[in-house]
Amino acid sequence: MKVNKDGNGYTFAFSIILVIVVGVILSSLSIGLGPLKKANVEVKKKMNILSALGVESTRKDGVEKYDQFILDSYVISHDGVLQENLPKEKQAFGLDVQKQFRDKTISLADRLYPIFEADKDGEKLFVLPVVGKGLWGPIWGFIALADDYKTIVGTSFDHKGETPGLGAEISQNFFEDRYTGEQIAEAGIFTPISVVQNGSGFEEQKVDGITGGTITSKGVEKMVNETMRVYYKYFSKNK
Amino acid sequence: MSVTEEKLKAPSEPLFSKKNKRLIIDPLSENNPITIQVLGICSALAITVQVEQAFWMSVAVIFVMIFGNLVVSLLRNLIPSRVRIIVQLVIVASLVIIVDEMLKAFVPDVSEKLSVFVGLIITNCIIMGRFEAFAMANKPFPSILDAIGNAIGYAWILLVVALVREVLGSGKIWGASIFGSNIPDENGNLSGLYELGYVNNNMMILPPMALIVVGIIIWIQRSMNKGLVEEN
Repeated sequence: MKVNKDGNGYTFAFSIILVIVVGVILSSLSIGLGPLKKANVEVKKKMNILSALGVESTRKDGVEKYDQFILDSYVISHDGVLQENLPKEKQAFGLDVQKQFRDKTISLADRLYPIFEADKDGEKLFVLPVVGKGLWGPIWGFIALADDYKTIVGTSFDHKGETPGLGAEISQNFFEDRYTGEQIAEAGIFTPISVVQNGSGFEEQKVDGITGGTITSKGVEKMVNETMRVYYKYFSKNK
Repeated sequence: MSVTEEKLKAPSEPLFSKKNKRLIIDPLSENNPITIQVLGICSALAITVQVEQAFWMSVAVIFVMIFGNLVVSLLRNLIPSRVRIIVQLVIVASLVIIVDEMLKAFVPDVSEKLSVFVGLIITNCIIMGRFEAFAMANKPFPSILDAIGNAIGYAWILLVVALVREVLGSGKIWGASIFGSNIPDENGNLSGLYELGYVNNNMMILPPMALIVVGIIIWIQRSMNKGLVEEN
């Protein structure tokens, strides 16, 4: 049988078959590699939590060091109330705060906030995840708070696809270090930390933004303030 | 180019005939995709700040190129000509996703470093160019050779540019410092060349310098081989 390769029927048939074949190959690959990718993401998360504490780790020793430094973890609600008896996927480490942030069906008041309690050189620290929006996509990070419940001792930020050299610089040490020493509260009242453009970052409650990365920098500001406000509600009640 | 292509269709030639060898050797210098055809410049500009990134980018491109050319060549008589560009795009896009998934699963650190650039392999003009110009009209074996030639032709330029930029811009090769340390130690002292007053050229890190380095390679290449210089 001679097939007319320029006919509409052939073109449609070819396209449909091609798309189905490609779809099957790609989805089975994605599912097949799923566990490996998931394990990598989990190790990375542990490394990020450790990095906010100022502990260097590699993919090899990340899990081990996490167990060594992180003593306890729990979850609070948007009103700053400790949550108990949560299902596994809503417990501190399993809780996907980014997914929760994206999910429009979960209202702001229903969001959950994990707290990781760490012990570094005998000092008690709290590691708090933050999530927000950059210019091109989500940004997230971890903030380590000292046990006076207000001083930031370290941060670690990351992003999905901010512009390399501009917005993506938020994940560099020089930017993360600018938050160190800032305070989220003054005399028991929450105080926001602003990201500034005029180079006055040396002043209190101010952090210098990134040139060319204004929207991403402002995204970091909003992310940190909105989330820290919630955590402070809990800390001010449970000092 | 078209003469070579027609001759290739002749039946029963040895596997590594002169023409087949030319398929690999030509793109390395005389018909280099970057320096002569000036294709794929975008990634040469974006991904050459560090040798490591350039290396992994090259590996990814070589993989996509070889399998892409092979698949397109195998399907060349089946692909309806009206939708051939879309079909080629689907093939290159799927291969890139495969590479991306593999990197994420097996070398997650590399995947993080390349981030969005892996996805941009889809837009690398060299790949679509070879699909359309070569694989659509040639048998699988010559297509693989053509892919290897062009991908390596692309890769070596990428690596040379990255080497120049990383050495001059950051004083490192593959992340390892070669001129000593430019970060002061506890006593505020620098070491190696930096102690003598050497400073890294930060301009080399900026994207425009990639174009200038490519320009210099083109200059060297053309002064060595006058046949490449255009008449006017």
